[in-house]
Amino acid sequence: MEKRVRVLVAKPGLDGHDRGAKVVARGLRDAGFEVIYTGLRQTPEQIVGAAVDEDVNVVALSLLSGAHNHLFPRIVELLKEKGLSEALVIGGGVIPDSDIPSLKAAGVSEVFTPGTPISSIVEFINANVK
Amino acid sequence: MSNENVKTGLEAYNAKVAKAIARFPERGNLPEQRLYTPLDVEKTDYGTDIGFPGQYPFTRGVQPTMYRGRFWTMRMYAGFSTAEESNKRYRYLIESGATGLSCAFDLPTQIGYDSDDAISEGEVGKVGVAIDSLADMEILFDKIDLGKVSTSMTINAPASVLLAMYIAVGEKQGVSADKLKGTIQNDILKEYAARGTYIFPPKPSMRLITNIFEYCSQSVPNWNTISISGYHIREAGSTAAQEIAFTIADGIAYVEAAIKAGLNVDDFAGRLSFFWNAHNNVLEEVSKFRASRRLWAKVMKERFGATNPKSWMLRVHTQTAGSMLTAQQPENNIVRVALQTAAAVMGGTQSLHTNSKDEALALPTEDSVRIALRTQQIVAYESGLADVIDPLAGSYYVEALTNKIEEEAQNYIKKIDDLGGAVNAIEQGYIQKEIQDSAYKWQMDVEKGAKTIVGVNKFQIEEKPVEGLLKVDASVGELQKKKLADLRAKRDNAAVEKALAALKKACQDEHANLMPVILEAVKTYATLGEICGVMREVFGEYQAHVSL
Repeated sequence: MEKRVRVLVAKPGLDGHDRGAKVVARGLRDAGFEVIYTGLRQTPEQIVGAAVDEDVNVVALSLLSGAHNHLFPRIVELLKEKGLSEALVIGGGVIPDSDIPSLKAAGVSEVFTPGTPISSIVEFINANVK
Repeated sequence: MSNENVKTGLEAYNAKVAKAIARFPERGNLPEQRLYTPLDVEKTDYGTDIGFPGQYPFTRGVQPTMYRGRFWTMRMYAGFSTAEESNKRYRYLIESGATGLSCAFDLPTQIGYDSDDAISEGEVGKVGVAIDSLADMEILFDKIDLGKVSTSMTINAPASVLLAMYIAVGEKQGVSADKLKGTIQNDILKEYAARGTYIFPPKPSMRLITNIFEYCSQSVPNWNTISISGYHIREAGSTAAQEIAFTIADGIAYVEAAIKAGLNVDDFAGRLSFFWNAHNNVLEEVSKFRASRRLWAKVMKERFGATNPKSWMLRVHTQTAGSMLTAQQPENNIVRVALQTAAAVMGGTQSLHTNSKDEALALPTEDSVRIALRTQQIVAYESGLADVIDPLAGSYYVEALTNKIEEEAQNYIKKIDDLGGAVNAIEQGYIQKEIQDSAYKWQMDVEKGAKTIVGVNKFQIEEKPVEGLLKVDASVGELQKKKLADLRAKRDNAAVEKALAALKKACQDEHANLMPVILEAVKTYATLGEICGVMREVFGEYQAHVSL
């Protein structure tokens, strides 16, 4: 049997808005992925530590506070340092379109903004996970 | 027409439309009945269930005159970047006709960290203004007369510190504490359940809150000591009935804690205030407001034996639903906000914040904030909705729905009582789970198309990128760090140390009221992070219940 895709849903920074993260986590679980949710207020180091410990294929970051330009690239960088450069990093939240190109250049594979159906995230993961 | 005849008439009507209705299953299967009649309000008594405005059980509003006296307070939530920038926005809002201020603080401030703390990196000045010490607070209210303005502060875990700073700024302006008007949110229970900016565990948190109740009842009598908030519970995904149920359950927990701390219910209950969400379904929202007032009045009178009518009144601030704004075709949000405003006004709110059209994308620009404020002014001055008190009373539907929401909320409160009250229900994850289930159901309904969101899952267009969004200058963090370094170099550090030591001692003595010691510490320019650091050391930190 093929190993199930493992996804870490994480809340970096100090943002407490976790409706999106929890709905996506549950949606991904219902779509057949193994999902681990970190809870709130995780530092980049904690998130990457959890990604290593849980040996995940996907790291899904949710942030609505506007700190994404600082925190998302930092997490990608740390994942590489810890030898998890294969992991697919995706993000979501209140993220203006104009910030997306630089996030992608920093190694975030896709950014899902408000109104995205969970099915699009599932499709993206299935098409891109290594 | 007698109810017997209405019944016969209704049966005939239903038989007649059955065939036509069957052709439209999507519209036919809504949860509401198609038509409401006197039969739906048979048991509703005008005197005991509805009554007059300003009279128990306040279904029709808390003041006898409502908007035939004065309009609600038009209070726009604002704050970003530095105190200097936010001060400019506040003065702009006051010049534009806003009648109250509402401060948004950045996340480090809300969680009790200074801007130069490593954990604050990237978050400084982002979702609100960064306040590190009294020095920032002085700038924030520069040229704003605290004797005239009423100020609401969205601050919870460190509420006592920010209130102390506000009192200190007032003193410097020559405005004594008994003249200050405003609100601190100070509602920690919904932080655990839905909003996430908690610091300390429930026990010391409840102590901080009751300390504030007690201190303000003596020294800041016109201050609303808490804004018990359903807004964020709804934003996290709850239903309308859950919003008021979980919030009133939180309210019950605060009242119980204060009584347990030795306070007399009528000494503090009149200063409790609430915060509701104005969501998309207009008539459901109006009914929710009405049901919540009746329910709280009964709780205060019957459960707690409060005798002062002020203690029975659910006074409420409202904000339109941020989670209902769409990133798609953002102009449509103006219309959503107008309808939500109509709901809040017909529901009888005491103050209102209207969201701006661009908030699903970023913090609002000055232009979009103006449209949001104008929306309130149009509803107030042009729509006629504010001309008659509680205009929807007597509608078969609205009265029936008011009854239904109240009953649903009562059932939840009963369940929470059985779990040992709101604190226990949150610690067991019950309230969080209920909210999450509703949020997930909502999302699934949208994805299945059972629920239509215009521009999101129907009537989509090819979107053009939105231009002209507000960007918070990335240098704010550095700027705040520099201000802090200067402050730490210039202030009397011995006085700071002494005040922090006194605070530590007071924290360890559970009978001490912390407000006066926090006020002293604030005046020495001890920083928010230093003050909260002392409290973290004594009280520890809350460990969240994580569940999916």
